[in-house]
Amino acid sequence: MASADTISLFDARIFRRAALDAVTKLNPVTLARNPVIFVTEVVAALVTATGIEAIITRHPAGFPITIAAWLWLTVIFATFAEAVAEGRGRARAESLRRARSDTMAKLLLDPRDKVLFKPTPASDLRRGDIVLVETGDLLPSDGEIIEGIASVNESAVTGESAPVVREAGGDRSAVTGGTQVVSDWLVVRITADAGSTFLDRMIALVEGAERRKTPNEIALNILLAGLTIVFLIAVVTLVGFGQYSGTKFSIPVLAALLVCLIPTTIGGLLSAIGIAGMDRLVRFNVVATSGRAVEAAGDVDALLLDKTGTITFGNRMASGFYPVPGVNERDLAEACAYASLGDETPEGRSILALARDRFQLTPERPADATIIPFSANTRMSGVDFGAKSFRKGAVDSVLASLSTKADYDFTESVARIARAGSTPLAVAANGRLLGAIELKDIVKPGIKERFAALRAMGIRTVMVTGDNRITAAAIAAEAGVDDYIAQATPQDKLDYIRKMQAEGRLVAMCGDGTNDAPALAQADVGVAMQTGTQAAREAGNMVDLDSDPTKLIEIVEIGKQLLITRGALTTFSIANDISKYFAILPAIFVATYPQLAALNIMHLRTPESAILSAVIFNALIIVALVPLALRGVKFRAIGAAALLKRNLLIYGLGGIIAPFAGIKLIDMGLSLFHIFS
Amino acid sequence: MTMQGLLYIALLFVLVLGAAFPLGRYMAAIFEGRVTWLRPVETGFYRLAGVDEKRQMPWQGYAIALLLLSVIHFGLLYAILRLQYYLPWNPLHIVGMSPRLAFNTAASFATNTNWQAYVPEGQISNGAQVFGLVVHMFVSAAAGIAAAAAVMRAFTAGSLKTIGNFYVDLTRISLYLLIPASLIAATLLVIAGAPQTFAEAVNVHTLNAGAQTIAIGPVAFQEAIKELGTNGGGFFNANSAHPFENPNAWTNLFENFLLLVIGFALPITFGHMVKDKAQGRALMAAMAIILALGCVGTYAAEAAGNPMHIAAGVAAHDGNWEGKEMRFGIASSAAFNVSATGTSTGAVDSFTDSYTPLGGAIPMFLMQLGEVTPGGVGSGFYTIIVFALLSVFVAGLMVGRTPEYLGKKVQAKEIKLAMLGVLILTLFILAGAGFSLVTASGTGSLENAGPHGLSEMLYAWSSATENNGSAFAGLSADTPLLDYGLGAAMLFGRFAFMIPILAIAGSLAAKPKLPASAGTFPTTGPLFIGLLIGVIIILGGLQFMPADTLGPVAEHFLLHSGKTF
Repeated sequence: MASADTISLFDARIFRRAALDAVTKLNPVTLARNPVIFVTEVVAALVTATGIEAIITRHPAGFPITIAAWLWLTVIFATFAEAVAEGRGRARAESLRRARSDTMAKLLLDPRDKVLFKPTPASDLRRGDIVLVETGDLLPSDGEIIEGIASVNESAVTGESAPVVREAGGDRSAVTGGTQVVSDWLVVRITADAGSTFLDRMIALVEGAERRKTPNEIALNILLAGLTIVFLIAVVTLVGFGQYSGTKFSIPVLAALLVCLIPTTIGGLLSAIGIAGMDRLVRFNVVATSGRAVEAAGDVDALLLDKTGTITFGNRMASGFYPVPGVNERDLAEACAYASLGDETPEGRSILALARDRFQLTPERPADATIIPFSANTRMSGVDFGAKSFRKGAVDSVLASLSTKADYDFTESVARIARAGSTPLAVAANGRLLGAIELKDIVKPGIKERFAALRAMGIRTVMVTGDNRITAAAIAAEAGVDDYIAQATPQDKLDYIRKMQAEGRLVAMCGDGTNDAPALAQADVGVAMQTGTQAAREAGNMVDLDSDPTKLIEIVEIGKQLLITRGALTTFSIANDISKYFAILPAIFVATYPQLAALNIMHLRTPESAILSAVIFNALIIVALVPLALRGVKFRAIGAAALLKRNLLIYGLGGIIAPFAGIKLIDMGLSLFHIFS
Repeated sequence: MTMQGLLYIALLFVLVLGAAFPLGRYMAAIFEGRVTWLRPVETGFYRLAGVDEKRQMPWQGYAIALLLLSVIHFGLLYAILRLQYYLPWNPLHIVGMSPRLAFNTAASFATNTNWQAYVPEGQISNGAQVFGLVVHMFVSAAAGIAAAAAVMRAFTAGSLKTIGNFYVDLTRISLYLLIPASLIAATLLVIAGAPQTFAEAVNVHTLNAGAQTIAIGPVAFQEAIKELGTNGGGFFNANSAHPFENPNAWTNLFENFLLLVIGFALPITFGHMVKDKAQGRALMAAMAIILALGCVGTYAAEAAGNPMHIAAGVAAHDGNWEGKEMRFGIASSAAFNVSATGTSTGAVDSFTDSYTPLGGAIPMFLMQLGEVTPGGVGSGFYTIIVFALLSVFVAGLMVGRTPEYLGKKVQAKEIKLAMLGVLILTLFILAGAGFSLVTASGTGSLENAGPHGLSEMLYAWSSATENNGSAFAGLSADTPLLDYGLGAAMLFGRFAFMIPILAIAGSLAAKPKLPASAGTFPTTGPLFIGLLIGVIIILGGLQFMPADTLGPVAEHFLLHSGKTF
């Protein structure tokens, strides 16, 4: 999967395959799903027939044949755009498929007896079967661990080569077909029938095989079909107006006018935009179970984010020393460093780091040191060497062990630390209280700015944490979230989501545990972690293969980018029509009313050249915009009003002006080669 | 153009927009049932008709009630027109209309179009005018406004099942708005010199010893509702160019004011109803900008005059006076006709047929845009809502959210219905005119050849389909093809457009109302107004450009090369 990132926009292999697919996609039965391009194809066939008729009857056929050729190219460019988008997904699917090679599973006849198994092809496994997977075995299918603990290499799915630990019970009990057990063994209950495993679904999704049109895409298609009919009426009735005016329009001319007016640009690129949007997610190592979810991500206006790992680093870190009166800060720091010598937890390491950074203290571990590990009973840890003893731990436990009362200053320090949302630890040396250390939840750098950017987009951020209210409020204020749920239970999350939805908001959240499943299912966008339980993965509508909860923010941006790209190209396509009138109308009416040449403001050479230039522009613009459709319009978190202004200027005004220049250039090019001029 | 002329147009806009704000607010109070000064009369009507005013209707019920009323009124009016010879108050012993003319006329007045294929003075009795036509001028206008009120309600809150009670809306709009306003306006017109009498025609002996019959009747009252309800059907064939309908420059300004004021007040009403006045102002601004451009454009074209007259040295110093009344002048004539086509009123105080090609193209284009500037009473409002939905749908995606208007998601169903409406209008205008122009029966109705003839026919179909009713003139409209064809165009243009929009209202009403945030597509402010204008012109008007190019645009360039028709 990681290698998938490097698939270039113009990979030669994808191109060759896409060129072939573009031709097979011309089949009118399948093309009928895309009304604009279907009409273009019908018209192209009609003009081709006129051209052939002209050849047979020995009339000049150059013009109809040329127009027909460009109309066919218009259709092919559109099918090509779709084929390229699909090809990129297919390249990714190939790498996934390699992981799905058919393995033999060890089907246990009796789950309690791990010796007796029957070798069974993975494709014959059914939901509910119990299998044994040992070191070196590939997991035959998706499942839930019912016994054992093992490290599993999941790189086939996630691209991450470091093995992860999977064990029965808890939130890390789900395993994915195609991944490999690298140590120990597991007993797994199969949760997916052959052909519908997570890997199978992923392959189908990235290939676009299961692609169904999303709600907004359907609505847009209706608009495009409607516009196509409107312009069809305009062009067909023009025959009547022309006959009255003494003009007989030829079929190629009417066909050119029609194809230039109907929104071929967006019609041709619409499905490529949708496929590319899914593809961007996949490249981001997120798999959405439906395009609908990607669209919903763009609409989300509230994000539920877990505090730990998303807003703060996973662990608390030492951030200050608070000595009791009479002890200087350096001495306290030194005592803390000694007390933490044997502490391998991240908190312990952070204390050592702070002592080193503040006072250049790097105490060596004495040879006779005895490490006193942390225990749930003493709630303290430390070290003894020589006659010295150093202890750090929960404030009340340390105080109890000293059997001396804390003075006012110490109590005050401890209370202040707690109010700030941090955890105080008391430190003692040789039975004497030296002071407190502040262990702080460190808010990730830059997260506050990201939340501000989200707010500018109109998205509320809500922090979910198991901490008490005081701690939660302090961190919420520091991280700049809009709201928080303290001491959150799964039910609290579910209730909060329901409340937001009742207000008409769309909520996104991520989660990994089984108890997150109801909330994941309730949320409009539920992102399950790949490391999470099977239940969570089933409940969400996206799975993050990297299990990185911060990605929720990027997922929203990808959703928005998809919608923006769609809107930008629709606007561009419709705005194009104005210039095409100025190219084609004078050209087709000038024979009847020479005075209408005044409308030829682009000074196109001849009527034929004018019409052909417009048709060529119309075809080439599709190809020109394929990279934009695949890459997507860049999203900027600058708020809706500013975003609209910017995009309307580029794609609206640009869509009006660009074709004037393009058509004129093509006309000049045609005249260079003396084509119809 | 003169500064005086431009100032006149500016004055008109200041008066109309100034009055639209308080009127819009008052109308919101009517729609919300907060106006009660004729409460006993109002409840009396409900008791008489057996209407339960508390009952709220879903969109289907609302649409059925509206259709039912229109069908009954259509039938009644058809009968009156056919049987008018036997009915009272027919001093000139006018005979009944032919079936096809009665069909056309009944369709015309049931749809608030007021296309007049008949000659009022000679083909309709005073009784039929008052009890047939004028009644419909009230009812069809009130029905249109009621439909607009129903559409407005769809945006007021989330998850609504109903959009109002049609009978209650109809009663309140008539009782608290149209009837009192018409009475006041009629009184003012009488003071200014318009006749209002039950007397028969006056027979006079002219100075050169001839005898002349001058038709009079209850002119002022019909005139008031003709403008106020954007109807346009004049008591006289000459319409507002007739000195009894429109005695002087002051009444001209007043009538122009009347025909615009409700149309411009409705978006303001909307702002009050959805509790976001800026939304209403944005829609009003888009309407006003297009109309102002139209007024100034036509005035400029008329003031520039006829190049052939100028070349021959016979032109008036200030522009093209052909077909215009001396007592009104060029600027106010241009403003009046553009206002009347921009509102689906269809009244004229000068003859568009005699305008310069571009001067006449603008009124036609305003009709083709879908009558949204500000359009017919009610219909203009719900049509601009369709354009607002389309604007939001096309460009709204560019802010990275699926489109919504006032917190209501715009989805496949709404787009399907909106495009259905746009299709119906396009089909009847273009197919109707295109077909008529290639049949002998159609071309036989034309008075002029070439592009001018094409304009006459295209104008007629645009006018009928968009329920405007104004005539380009120069077209003999009482033919089987045009009577039946335009009659059908009027009925489809009204109901096949209004019903889908009520369905949109029903669908939107049922959706939750999403709260606005910084990520919401802004539907107020200059940017949205500009976008809306662009969408109205591109999606509403571009499909007519090829036909218009062969009509007025071609004629314009031909005129400048010395060719007339």
